[in-house]
Amino acid sequence: MRSLEIVWTLLVKDLRIEWRQRETLASVCIFGLLVVFLCDFAFEPAGAEALRLLPGVLWIAFVFAGILGFNRSFAAERENACLEGIRLAPVEPGLIYLAKLAANFVFLAVAEVVITFAAALWYNFSFFPAFKDFVTIVFFGTLGYVAVGVTFGAVAANTRMREVMLPVLQFPVAVPIFIGAIEATSGALKGAPPNLYWSWVRLLIAFAVIFAVLSFMLFEFVLEE
Amino acid sequence: MPPDRNHNDSGLEAREVSKYFGDFPALKRVTLRIAAGECALIYGANGAGKTTLLRVLASLTEPSAGEIWLGGRKVDRRTVALKSRVGFVSHATFLYGDLTVEENLVLAAKLFGLSSVRSRVSAVIETFGLVDRARQSVRSLSRGLQQRATLARAMLHEPDFLLLDEPFTGLDSTAVASLEALLRRLPSQGKAVAFSTHNFAQGISIAHRLVAVERGRVSYDGPVASAPAEYSLRAPEAEVARS
Repeated sequence: MRSLEIVWTLLVKDLRIEWRQRETLASVCIFGLLVVFLCDFAFEPAGAEALRLLPGVLWIAFVFAGILGFNRSFAAERENACLEGIRLAPVEPGLIYLAKLAANFVFLAVAEVVITFAAALWYNFSFFPAFKDFVTIVFFGTLGYVAVGVTFGAVAANTRMREVMLPVLQFPVAVPIFIGAIEATSGALKGAPPNLYWSWVRLLIAFAVIFAVLSFMLFEFVLEE
Repeated sequence: MPPDRNHNDSGLEAREVSKYFGDFPALKRVTLRIAAGECALIYGANGAGKTTLLRVLASLTEPSAGEIWLGGRKVDRRTVALKSRVGFVSHATFLYGDLTVEENLVLAAKLFGLSSVRSRVSAVIETFGLVDRARQSVRSLSRGLQQRATLARAMLHEPDFLLLDEPFTGLDSTAVASLEALLRRLPSQGKAVAFSTHNFAQGISIAHRLVAVERGRVSYDGPVASAPAEYSLRAPEAEVARS
């Protein structure tokens, strides 16, 4: 119960700071929209071509928007050594991880809604026929991606070239998520039989769960100097 | 881990603690015990190892060798709960700039698991003269007011051991006087205080005990009254007076 209270307290703190700054969400949304717009402008896809491009375009937008968010997420903690302040309290490091995971998931999910809505308009595409599967894929793909991003965001926060270090550290580890998410999204949006793409969804679920649990257990080592 | 029977349950102790940053030894086999009711001045030149010593005692920095014991228990990853017995003020404020003073204190109170969050937060806000500033964001406060808020945060959970790294930084004369009074009062309430300052005269007027740190080693540890004169002669204010 106390653990849940701590996670909730830290999550509310992150959301409150973001509400006052509106920096992370604004930059993440703008960046994501820009990717979708530029791809539309460059490829001018129509019909089947749009369907072929859309999964990749969406996940490129989600991934790069996420990177911005992870960097911003730890910027507030670096200022005034606030993360150290939290570590002075009797709080298990894993709970700090869970709170950051939840906060970043919320930020990226909001950005994904905006980006998807924009993509539907620009590409003249309806997500409704595969809406349930699409939401499931994006949920677990985002969860896995955020699980990796928060861990490496915390690692990169202690390095000098943190903005460069984060993608360098994170992308190789997150490759299975990108491949799985794009393949599954592609299958779902094309209306393929679920058995053809659900193996990718299962990969996303397994990756998200394994990485979140491992990071929860090992986050104290990440926070060490 | 069971309490160590060889040691008083009330102490915060560094046993043979060394800390290396790369090849640089910031602390070399430091052994030090601060007991309840004590007020110790950690004194030394810049780079002597005072901050590292205080950070290691606060469990913010893991020692490269040696152990930290608190209340008869070795501090390690399984003793997270012991952290509520320590309060620490560092060079950084540990305060979120976009939150108000009150929100920062409520956050800290919840993380420390205090039962009466609002009343305790109100009490420290009043103690540190922040009533008029409680609803202001930390970013909008002066350095001195931020330092007051930092001290309030460290005192919020009424720790048994208060570790203060240059706590007078940025404070005006009124705040300095009230902090000095507080540091003098705490030992009589059974609390232990260890603080560092570059103002030697001010430090020994508050502390009963002097811990002199030189190049990562404790060169003197004993009552202020019997400290060798060389420490007061080495103090920056004495050097300024001589020059």
